[in-house]
Amino acid sequence: MSTPDEKAPIDPLDEAALDAAVKAALDDIAKAGDLDALKAVRTQHTGDRSSLALANRGIGALPGPDKAKAGKLVGPRRGQINQAIVARQSELEAERDARVLAEETVDVTLPVQRTTAGARHPIELVQERIADFFVGLGWEIADGPEVEAEWFNFDALNFGPDHPARQMQDTFYVAGEGDEESNLVLRTHTSPVQARSLLERGVPLYIACPGRTFRTDALDQTHTPVFHQVEGLAVDKGLTMANLVGTLDAFARAMFGPEARTRLRPAFFPFTEPSAEMDLWFPQKKGGAGWIEWGGCGMVNPNVLRAAGVDPEEYTGFAFGMGIERTLMLRHSIADMHDIVEGDVRFSTQFGTEI
Amino acid sequence: MPLIVKDWLADHVEVPADLTAEQLAADLVKVGLEEEAIHGAAVTGPLVVGRVLEMTPEPQKNGKTINWCRVDVGPDHNDTEGARGIVCGAHNFAPGDLVAVALPGTVLPGPFPIAARKTYGHVSDGMICSVRELGIGEDQDGILVLTRHGFAEEDLNPGQDAIALLGLGEEVLEINVTPDRGYAFSYRGVAREYAHSTGAKFTDRGLPTGAEPVPTADGFEVQVRDDAPINGVVGCDRFVTRIVRGIDPAAPTPAWMKHRLEGSGMRSISLAVDITNYVMLDLGQPLHAYDLAKVSAPIVVRRATTGERLTTLDDADRTLHAEDLLITDSPAGAGSRVLSLAGVMGGASSEISGTTADVLIEAAHFDPITVARTARRHKLPTEGAKRWERGVDPLLAPVAAQRAVELLVDLGGGTADAAVGDLDDTAGTTPQKAIALKVTEPTRLSGVEYTPEQVRSTLEEIGATVTEASASVEPVETLLVTPPSWRPDLTGPADLVEEVVRIQGYDQVPSVLPAAPGGRGLTAEQRTRRSVARALAEAGFVETLSYPFVGTPEYDALGLPADDPRRVSLRLVNPMADDKPLMRSNLLVTLLDTVRRNVSRGLTDLAVYEIGLVTRPTPGAPAAPTLPGGVRPSDEQLAALAAAVPEQPRRVAGVLTGKRELAGWWGVGRTAGWEDALAAARLVAERARAEVVVVPDPEHLPWHPGRCARLELADGTLVGHAGELHPKVVETLGLPARAAAFEVDLSVLVAAASSEPVAAVPVSAFPAAKEDFAFVVDGGVPAEAVRSAIVAGAGELLEDVALFDVFTGEQVGEGKKSLAYSLRLRAADRTLSAKEVRAVRDAVVESAAEKVGAVLRG
Repeated sequence: MSTPDEKAPIDPLDEAALDAAVKAALDDIAKAGDLDALKAVRTQHTGDRSSLALANRGIGALPGPDKAKAGKLVGPRRGQINQAIVARQSELEAERDARVLAEETVDVTLPVQRTTAGARHPIELVQERIADFFVGLGWEIADGPEVEAEWFNFDALNFGPDHPARQMQDTFYVAGEGDEESNLVLRTHTSPVQARSLLERGVPLYIACPGRTFRTDALDQTHTPVFHQVEGLAVDKGLTMANLVGTLDAFARAMFGPEARTRLRPAFFPFTEPSAEMDLWFPQKKGGAGWIEWGGCGMVNPNVLRAAGVDPEEYTGFAFGMGIERTLMLRHSIADMHDIVEGDVRFSTQFGTEI
Repeated sequence: MPLIVKDWLADHVEVPADLTAEQLAADLVKVGLEEEAIHGAAVTGPLVVGRVLEMTPEPQKNGKTINWCRVDVGPDHNDTEGARGIVCGAHNFAPGDLVAVALPGTVLPGPFPIAARKTYGHVSDGMICSVRELGIGEDQDGILVLTRHGFAEEDLNPGQDAIALLGLGEEVLEINVTPDRGYAFSYRGVAREYAHSTGAKFTDRGLPTGAEPVPTADGFEVQVRDDAPINGVVGCDRFVTRIVRGIDPAAPTPAWMKHRLEGSGMRSISLAVDITNYVMLDLGQPLHAYDLAKVSAPIVVRRATTGERLTTLDDADRTLHAEDLLITDSPAGAGSRVLSLAGVMGGASSEISGTTADVLIEAAHFDPITVARTARRHKLPTEGAKRWERGVDPLLAPVAAQRAVELLVDLGGGTADAAVGDLDDTAGTTPQKAIALKVTEPTRLSGVEYTPEQVRSTLEEIGATVTEASASVEPVETLLVTPPSWRPDLTGPADLVEEVVRIQGYDQVPSVLPAAPGGRGLTAEQRTRRSVARALAEAGFVETLSYPFVGTPEYDALGLPADDPRRVSLRLVNPMADDKPLMRSNLLVTLLDTVRRNVSRGLTDLAVYEIGLVTRPTPGAPAAPTLPGGVRPSDEQLAALAAAVPEQPRRVAGVLTGKRELAGWWGVGRTAGWEDALAAARLVAERARAEVVVVPDPEHLPWHPGRCARLELADGTLVGHAGELHPKVVETLGLPARAAAFEVDLSVLVAAASSEPVAAVPVSAFPAAKEDFAFVVDGGVPAEAVRSAIVAGAGELLEDVALFDVFTGEQVGEGKKSLAYSLRLRAADRTLSAKEVRAVRDAVVESAAEKVGAVLRG
């Protein structure tokens, strides 16, 4: 089989004919528009039947001195053509690749999430952040039951049966069997964990207890019957109110930034003496920076230590508690408690998994 | 809580003339009296004294008669004819009367702005005010005629500013008194605190002045017969009686007293009653005034007998309780008639009336607990009860009684009896027992260096008597501190420390972060909780929190059978809502409520979860013991407490509705199903590092009988359930079809989790061999059984097995299914030979055939 434009064999010593063949090859290579065309050009100009291949083959038949001469004429010319083909090949390959990639272009602005993102509830996230802060101080995190014995919720905390403060707490009471009283309540604060931890873990003790608490307040913009508190308790030799203030200041900075600070005012809680209300300096307060109430605190009442079998002559301690909802509302400008308690996924989703 | 009228406070302590309510609040909060509210000025604008000059009755078509009045409101306000025209609908006044006129521009409480207006054919150029319109009382009698309201005519001039006259322009501070500070429920106490805060000069008007008469033997006879003291404390340990006779029953309460009472939030009733209230607010001693004519000696203070009744001043007929302490008199034998609930509220029978001329004053001292219980029992948190339950100074009774007598004599024109009764049994309780206080104790607790002199002088400042312990063998000085009679809350050294730190200032306490000894970090349970919560969130679930309150209808909606243990729920005595009195026994029941709320808001493609406690009470569990505070319970008592507190396991539940994978340009998405719920439940178990087994559970509502998986531990312990919800439940709750759910017990998983560190298996770098199998088995054979058979047959060269296709159809035969598995085999130490691979293959086929009757598909 022969190609249609097959030419007569070239004399390997005919320099002009050889150059013409090279020129024809180079022209064809340059004209090859795609890889298929180049493949045909390659066959035509470098294949067994090509002019230069035939000329090369003709060298063997030449007399000795001409052999060398012809070899020097033909070899480099074939090399020149091969190089040109390789060069053109990579050019055409690059063009093809670029075209394919261009063709594969997608619209990267299309929506790509085939599932909706999940999220944590911010109340839980705040509690975890608080726990992390106290763990960072070397404290431990304690848990306690939500349905609690009245003794832990009140008596152990120095709320006597007729103490007016016991009435101030709007307590959910648990029904007993028949006419009998159960002496159980839904814990009105996280403070019962104080007595539990002292009894279970002994002293020295440094614990924080975030958790859910209950009071019979109707749900409105700022109240909810089911809410969360964090309780802190440190009992050791030599602890003072100064240590309480130092802990609260550090905690405030951790939650509200380096500008945060706290202030104590005299107050009353049965389970602390001295007792204080703790105010937080809040630059974002509505109507201008000012103090806002953040929680209650004080030095652990000796009666609470005694109820847990700890000698108040030897040990002193401090305790504090604050509302998680309030902390969250302040930190994230949440105006309405309904958003926190209703479980609408649009609320939690704003917070993702980290706050 | 108490309202503080500034000029009344000034009776007790020097206050700056320009003291604002804000400043007063700032001064008081420093020593612990918190601001509750500042009540704004009640009236602003031109409220002036006016004299009615003319009054023309004009009958109207609507049947009413109005008065067209000309009122002299002073030269600054009168029109050119020397008065103003005002229309008034009331008739209880006459020409010549002096009244309060709100001229246009005045804003009355409401707020109710006054403007000139055209009415009944006249231009009414202001308003003649009633007591009610001025916000100083509920008097329905009509117009406030100033001379009938305690003002003397010679002190009044038309045009005079009536706001100052009636005390309506002041802002009034309301404070919050903590339960330990009963004495601050009086001007006496607040003034003392103000002095502590500011150093202002304070005069204690609650101390005896020497004007109090010595008790006589012929005072009104009183007997205390307490047969059932509470906690061994007799209900009444002091009873002072004074008699004032010949009071003018019509004598009005003077304007200054009315102003002070009303400013302090108390209504003016009658002179005698007003005086008792006035002295109570002033000094803190609740008093009671009886109509002497209606009381038969002797007065007997006793407990109620069962079934006894009393109609109290609020016209409520009350059945009394055996613990209620009563003041009774003796018309038919000693103590035969009930006069009042001691310290709480008087009875109607001996009430002061419009004809009372002779008054018997009671100034007693009652047991705080007795009064508190009675007030609570009868839901009567009266002003008296509030003071009694916080503690009243037992030395105050004769002082307060004397004050009341003086006022009755001065203002009512009465004469005091020389006979003075004072049944005084307080000797055992006053003065209080001295408290030994190491002078270093305030510093030990506060971290502030106080000098012994500061400690001593501060305690003296609060009214305590301080002496040095004479026989002190301590290396540090010990003070003997006797608290003042008005501070029953001061019972131990810590209480005294608070006083020192409080008066010296909480702001002096430095800020020192203590160094904790170093903890163990979060517990395994706490870490697992976080890990599970985060894993579910990353899997597309949104965390929500629900209230744990449910009712029977919620359990019914889940289709729970009548005897289902999940119906055993703790019941609240006082639930928020009567239809939800139970504490949830499972999480789904309340989580589904959250789901419904979201669905009702148009959010139908949902994946939500909740982690929380549920309550699983044991029927017939013993009640918790009641134990005293301040004492460590015995180990047995602690065990009894623990036994009474119901099980409260921590659960994780999740619900999926609508699309799990959304519809989009990629296709129609995928509806959430049983498998998503199960996958989530398995994810929870995996994150908890617990091994669970899944078996079908056809009988566990609210799940679909054919699409419910029971998760259990290897020993069969229930972990939870997952799958599609029963279509009936879905319909009842109005959820999107095919809603799926899971609930697992995190506490069970955590307990079952391995606490051992994972022993790592080396990773083999030798090549893997992949082998695929398609087995045909009976349709009822669980995939898990086939997988187990393959695993058993493949032996230890098996690295991974995956089910990649499930197929039913004609090709595999009726009632059959084809399961296609891909196995990855690898050895730890060599490249597997073809022969080894073939041996595994044969073993797998043999095992599957033997264990589940599987036939390898050709």
